[in-house]
Amino acid sequence: MMLRIRMCEESLVDPILKGEIRCPVHLYSGQEAVATGIGAALEQKDFIFGNHRSHGHYLAKGGDMAAMVAEIYGKETGCSRGRGGSMHLIAPENGVMGIVPIVSGTISLALGAALSIKIKKEDKVTVSFFGDGATGEGVLYESLNFAALKKLPIIFACENNLYSTHLPINEIRTNRNIFNIANPFEIETFRVDGNNVLEVYETAKKAVEHCRNGKGPVFIEFLTYRFRGHVGPDDNIQGSHTDIRPKEEIEAWLKRDPLILFKAYLTENNISTGSDLELIHQQVETEVIAANDFAKNSPKPDKEDLCNYVFK
Amino acid sequence: MCSNSRKLNFGLAINEAIHQMMEADESVFLIGQGVKSPWYVGNTCNGLVQRFGEDRVIDTPVSENAITGAAVGASIAGMKAIVVHPRVDFVLYAFDPIINQAANWYYMNGGKASVPVVFWLIVNRGGEQAAQHSQALHSMFAHVPGLKVVAPSTPYDAKGLLISSILDENPVVFIDDRWLYRSQAEVPEKAYQIPIGKGIIRNEGSAVTLVSFSYMALESQKAVDELKQQGIDVEFIDLRTIKPLDTELIFESVKKTGKLVIADGSWKTGSVAGEISALVSENIFEYLKAPVKRVCLPDLPAPASASLESVYYKTKDDIIKAIKEIL
Ligand SMILES: Cc1ncc(C[n+]2csc(CCOP(=O)(O)OP(=O)(O)O)c2C)c(N)n1
Ligand SMILES: [Mg+2]
Repeated sequence: MMLRIRMCEESLVDPILKGEIRCPVHLYSGQEAVATGIGAALEQKDFIFGNHRSHGHYLAKGGDMAAMVAEIYGKETGCSRGRGGSMHLIAPENGVMGIVPIVSGTISLALGAALSIKIKKEDKVTVSFFGDGATGEGVLYESLNFAALKKLPIIFACENNLYSTHLPINEIRTNRNIFNIANPFEIETFRVDGNNVLEVYETAKKAVEHCRNGKGPVFIEFLTYRFRGHVGPDDNIQGSHTDIRPKEEIEAWLKRDPLILFKAYLTENNISTGSDLELIHQQVETEVIAANDFAKNSPKPDKEDLCNYVFK
Repeated sequence: MCSNSRKLNFGLAINEAIHQMMEADESVFLIGQGVKSPWYVGNTCNGLVQRFGEDRVIDTPVSENAITGAAVGASIAGMKAIVVHPRVDFVLYAFDPIINQAANWYYMNGGKASVPVVFWLIVNRGGEQAAQHSQALHSMFAHVPGLKVVAPSTPYDAKGLLISSILDENPVVFIDDRWLYRSQAEVPEKAYQIPIGKGIIRNEGSAVTLVSFSYMALESQKAVDELKQQGIDVEFIDLRTIKPLDTELIFESVKKTGKLVIADGSWKTGSVAGEISALVSENIFEYLKAPVKRVCLPDLPAPASASLESVYYKTKDDIIKAIKEIL
């Protein structure tokens, strides 16, 4: 899964630079272990809600790759029929309930989905994905309180990649320990290495268990890093100059690439051989190429259909 | 340097207004997301942090409600805050401090305390950004008593109206549009004001009155130029302020031409265009020789795909078509 996300993300770089993809694209490269570890701990029936950087969340929850790429290309065959673009992916059949770029915009919606689970006494869990930037919005704290109060089955998954657009974390908060924000609400909290997919998975499994047992919400902070610009492949090359991150910092994180770490784990423990991994690589490459071909060859929405989908 | 022929682009005109007002009055300060980042605010904030320091030019966490409230509160306490939202869409988190608090403050406190705050909201759309990154909500603000709403279309007006907004004792919503930022025009170096509530006739004519503001005023000007070549003289009014409306200017023109087209860059239902149309039929119905036409966005969220964007957003061609329908 991590490779699927990475290769899919990287396949978008060229089309973005060539202008074939026009919508704003926030690449997930570097953070794959978070979506993958959580996705593996969830079942199809569970819900997730995402933010502007959610390609990985969508894929890891079972969203169709071709439909996602087509959406990013603004095509009628996209998962949102070309109406939403990269920042509005959806796959309700797989529990991908909504993804939007308004920061913190889906946190309370995820809360509501968790509330619905409780009212209907279903055996489901909701995950709300958001970034360190979202900790600035009051709705997060309102949601934490209500989730704790009503013991809702929701996992608050904060991907702390140390930056929100042009601002490093020390310019948006006095305390870097985001996981502490849930403590006053008596919510179970964890902080994990977001680049270690196994650690993410183990923690996510515990959190899911906690929710399924009716013990209420869990807050998890994932320490991670994005390898690309805030939006697009590289903010500086693309002219917006928001990537003010120090070179040494980027290089240090590249060494902690979640894919490299996991590959090392697999080979060191003799779980997979080089040829197994090569085979997987080829399969993923084929899938990614097919998804891009599908997207490129799909039609754009028909102008005549402009007024569709305002109401059901 | 010859000061009366100097050209500035739209963003730099705003920049100069802020520089001059912050220089002139220490109670003026700027707060909002991205004031340190051109990705958010273009060139409008160039040099401000460097010159005035981080105490008065404050980049913020993503906390629209609290930051807007803080701007309102600081203005209640004697400052003159300019709070910028680099996208109008984000300001929806801040409706309470703007509408419940700032707009009502002076009235509900019996005129004892006013709120001299500027809510500077930037429309940023196109480029397949879709529904939550494309909205133009000026009509919603115009609906609220206690708010003034200005929407300049030229660098000259942007500077003058921003200065007037800062000097005004009341809350003013200053709306501009990233699509305007490319435009360039002569802008005097000195600080000057454009009166809030006054429109301007950009082109005199007798065939039809065309009323517009903000980005649609640029499309309107193109339509006017094209129609002129076809021998059609359009009287074109750029409102510059949409609350309070310069009804007198509109009425005088419509009395002369008998025909009215309004180009408004937001949705049709509940629009400023609808308000103008209602005012005209309420007050000078007998002068109308044709139905009023509105060129607005259709009542639907902004689509992502370029194929749909191309029919969603209105251009000079839509304005020309509307004018020809009632000529
Ligand atoms: C309400 C709102 N305010 C501001 C923005 C502009 N914005 C887009 S992404 C972002 C920061 C996101 O940072 P973070 O949540 O850490 O996510 P990351 O990009 O690091 O994945 C901001 C402020 C927005 N989309 N929505
Ligand atoms: Mg971040």
